[in-house]
Amino acid sequence: MKRQIPMLITFFVGALIIVSEFIPHKPFGNLSTSLGGWFLIISGFAIILGQLSLFKVNIIKISRKAPNWPYFIIALVSFSIMVTCGILWGTQKQPGLIPISDKMLNFFGYKPFDYIFKYMFENLSATMFSLLAFFMASASYRAFRARNAESTLLLVAAVLVMLGRTTIGSTLTCWIPESLGFLHLPNIASFIMKYPNTAGQRAIMICAGFGVIGSSLRIILGIERSYLGGK
Amino acid sequence: MEILMHRIGIWIGVFLTFAIFSFLYKDNPFYKIAEQIFIGISAGYWFIYTIYNILIPNLFVPVTTDFAHNFILLIPAFLGILMLCRLIPSIDWVSRYALAVVVGTTAGLFFKRYLQSDVLNQLTATMLNPFASSNAAQIIGELILIIGTITGIVYFFFSKKHEGAFGTTARVGIYFLMVSFGAAFGYTVMARISLLIGRLNFLLGDWLGIIKP
Amino acid sequence: MKIFERFLHIDRRIIFVLIFIGVALPLIWTLGFNLEVTENVESVYNLMEELEPGTRILISFDYGPSTKPEIQPMAIALMEQAFTNRIRIIAIALWPMGVQMCNEAFEKVSAEYPNIEYGIDFINLGYKVGGMVTINHMAKDFRSTFPTDGGGNPIDEFPIMKGIKNFDKLGCVISLSAGDPGLKQWVMIAHDTFGKPVGGGTTAVQAPIMLAYVNEQQQLVGLLGGLKGAAEYELLVNKPGFATKGMDAQSVAHLIIIIFILIGNIGYFATRKKDTMKS
Repeated sequence: MKRQIPMLITFFVGALIIVSEFIPHKPFGNLSTSLGGWFLIISGFAIILGQLSLFKVNIIKISRKAPNWPYFIIALVSFSIMVTCGILWGTQKQPGLIPISDKMLNFFGYKPFDYIFKYMFENLSATMFSLLAFFMASASYRAFRARNAESTLLLVAAVLVMLGRTTIGSTLTCWIPESLGFLHLPNIASFIMKYPNTAGQRAIMICAGFGVIGSSLRIILGIERSYLGGK
Repeated sequence: MEILMHRIGIWIGVFLTFAIFSFLYKDNPFYKIAEQIFIGISAGYWFIYTIYNILIPNLFVPVTTDFAHNFILLIPAFLGILMLCRLIPSIDWVSRYALAVVVGTTAGLFFKRYLQSDVLNQLTATMLNPFASSNAAQIIGELILIIGTITGIVYFFFSKKHEGAFGTTARVGIYFLMVSFGAAFGYTVMARISLLIGRLNFLLGDWLGIIKP
Repeated sequence: MKIFERFLHIDRRIIFVLIFIGVALPLIWTLGFNLEVTENVESVYNLMEELEPGTRILISFDYGPSTKPEIQPMAIALMEQAFTNRIRIIAIALWPMGVQMCNEAFEKVSAEYPNIEYGIDFINLGYKVGGMVTINHMAKDFRSTFPTDGGGNPIDEFPIMKGIKNFDKLGCVISLSAGDPGLKQWVMIAHDTFGKPVGGGTTAVQAPIMLAYVNEQQQLVGLLGGLKGAAEYELLVNKPGFATKGMDAQSVAHLIIIIFILIGNIGYFATRKKDTMKS
């Protein structure tokens, strides 16, 4: 019962969606459209589950005094402050429980929720990902070796694209006459992207597409049950 | 006062930026604090927007304002609550019913859409007449496209051993994939550097005022 | 030979510092390298230019602050073109941070277009979860997917939303995307299922993958890829901004990375030759 009924639901829902593609009229079309709306609501609850789960995991780590446990308190405090600000005063467009006073708005310039987002979250998020620029440079230097034909091809393609897709590539070869335009770095980079790159990506896409089709069928038919988890 | 809070905000941003950048030297408490603040704020932001943009307009408002026409929404609401039961270990199995609806819908839609977009349309796009154009570069390019796609697909067929003519075809496919990965690497470098440019624009422009942001 | 061995052991902090300087200096002293527009970016520009004034388009903000430097300039340039040509924008977000990104872009652009009115020329409908399933639902029943705008006001109040029940009345769909859900899902539903022209802007990481959709089937009309794509679009709309300024820094950083790759390879081949001779 704990596994059979969910598998039946998966089969029924999946089959309904597929059948509605071929029979868009009542009742399949209407049921399929309703399912889309239900999916939105259930997914909303799934996100709430994710956030509450984060809360639960951090509390467990703090209570068990796991390594670096004081830092998890910071995560919980930040989460609580953000949620409190959002619920009390709302977001930029959305009112909260308490209407924000003109005094507070003039003080911050934004609602507290938006202030935290703009000056803290945006900077943290952007910086976290910009670290990758340094690690990418360091990793390329260390790992990129033309050891064999394949890695040489990769290296040459990478260098041509890196030069051709920037303004320096255009400047380096701007002197080339139009009759030899195919040697202009931006044109070389465009050729690589349009033809061999597209060929490779298309091959990956088609094969991955077959994989997704196979996985979807396995899930609908109940052969793949890992999403149910547990016993 | 707003200007003062704006300046304070910039300084908070700068402190957090350098706290993250300090990881380049080595892991340290400032980085860990900034990381945890990031996690907390991110989760809080998503929580609030889920409530305001999804649960309130798509569930609570329709059910409370026009129950007669929207009572059916109680079903996904109930399934959503079942989903939340995942937090309680003794009854976490009830969340499977909600998960089944989500997974079934996604699987059904993915089956159709990936078949059409990623398989059929891509195969159709590869079935070109490469000699239709008078441009030599285009002819060569389209031949490369056709050969590269076919040999690339052959490479991914692992049910047969890659030897003989089949192996050679797969080998050609690998070369096309390597060019593809090289191009992807070049673009990835561009992406990462762009993010660093954004940060430096903030530090040099908004903070130090050296450049006009 | 020792120098070649040293080529293999450069301290990574030197690389970090050089990358930092290589990006910072061109932001302060611009080098003014040449920028050329590519075919894919021009296709998106032409798609927008060919729309009649008053046409409504859908722009999906599927990115966050982590990819803001690459995609926000695209959003701003697209909005500028739309408002100049009196094209009306219906903005949505499939990423939660996309809502704020849209608001920031609109605030910046609307300052230059005082005649643009919220609810008539532009609307931000907010965030919805669900990716492809939600896009599919939107295409069949737009009004039940977005019963209100991002501020909780019923969409019936807004003239821009009049008659929008699905994708039929939209001129095109533009997705500014940093990952999943994003442009791929819009191509699959908006174009491949419902036949709407789709254009897109993505991060440079995604661009090589999405280029496969720019084909004879016109699954994607065109593609803006990364900061370069944004800079090209700024050039086309004749409003140079952050992306154009950043291209010099991009070029210098790429050159530094290429030089280090070459140094690494020179060291590798020189020491490998030495090892071969020894053995």
